[in-house]
Amino acid sequence: MILQAIMFYAFSAIAVASGVMVVSARNPVHSVLFLILAFFNAAGLFVLMGAEFLAMILVVVYVGAVAVLFLFVVMMLDIDFARLRSGFIRYLPIGFLIGAVLFAELVLIFGSWAIAPNLAALKAAPMAAVTNTRALGDLIYTRYIFAFQTAGVILLVAMIGAIVLTLRQRVGQRRQSIAAQLARTRAQSVEVVKVPLGGKVEAD
Amino acid sequence: MIGLGHYLTVAAILFTLGIFGIFLNRKNVIIILMSIELMLLAVNINFVAFSVALQDLAGQVFAMFVLTVAAAEAAIGLAILVVYFRNRGTIQVEDINMMKG
Repeated sequence: MILQAIMFYAFSAIAVASGVMVVSARNPVHSVLFLILAFFNAAGLFVLMGAEFLAMILVVVYVGAVAVLFLFVVMMLDIDFARLRSGFIRYLPIGFLIGAVLFAELVLIFGSWAIAPNLAALKAAPMAAVTNTRALGDLIYTRYIFAFQTAGVILLVAMIGAIVLTLRQRVGQRRQSIAAQLARTRAQSVEVVKVPLGGKVEAD
Repeated sequence: MIGLGHYLTVAAILFTLGIFGIFLNRKNVIIILMSIELMLLAVNINFVAFSVALQDLAGQVFAMFVLTVAAAEAAIGLAILVVYFRNRGTIQVEDINMMKG
């Protein structure tokens, strides 16, 4: 139990500290790296709670895909980041104000909620006594199959959208035109020339 | 003993940090997108914490869908950013008002 508490405080302290660094780091590359650290520690918190599958998904999807995407964009675009930071100090008070108000509201809500008396009847999917991954699999392939497939469609749309947005046709670039290749016939491309004896063939 | 309240507190702090980051880095779209990711992470922590505390797996299923949508959102957002940078040579948020009528 004490070990669990120690791990919780370690994970959450590092997660919060790296969250602070994400929003305040001078270099966006450092921001992305701190975001990765925050995700890793959140995955640790998930493991601590007993949601192993989501923890692994978090590491694979966020650290493996989203954070690398961020890193790729930050490094690929040649941006003058010093200019982008110019209003940092000016926005500090309003940011603090709104953050404090929001946090106070969250504390008020979390301090005064109560569990519904008929909780057992309200449960959408009571936890079974199997492993977390198996229980999730039992659920998403049966009861939540339509939501699951909708998630797949969303990912497909995002993929196609990202490709369509960033694909561009450069001028002067030589490309293969498969339709033109397939439409080519023998008559257009081969010509039989009768060469007269001792004569020559003029290329046109 | 670490209970639901502890996890909710961590999530609240992370969510507030995300809001704070959006206000602090008003000019940098990349950091704003990262702040949104941080907020979605906080929401996910809330979902999983309640799911475990109430012994109801639906919260974890929903957290997975939040994860999916967040990944799609990051991909589309960064694609738009790349296209915008190609056209304008900058990603200043203040310059993104060309579509004003």
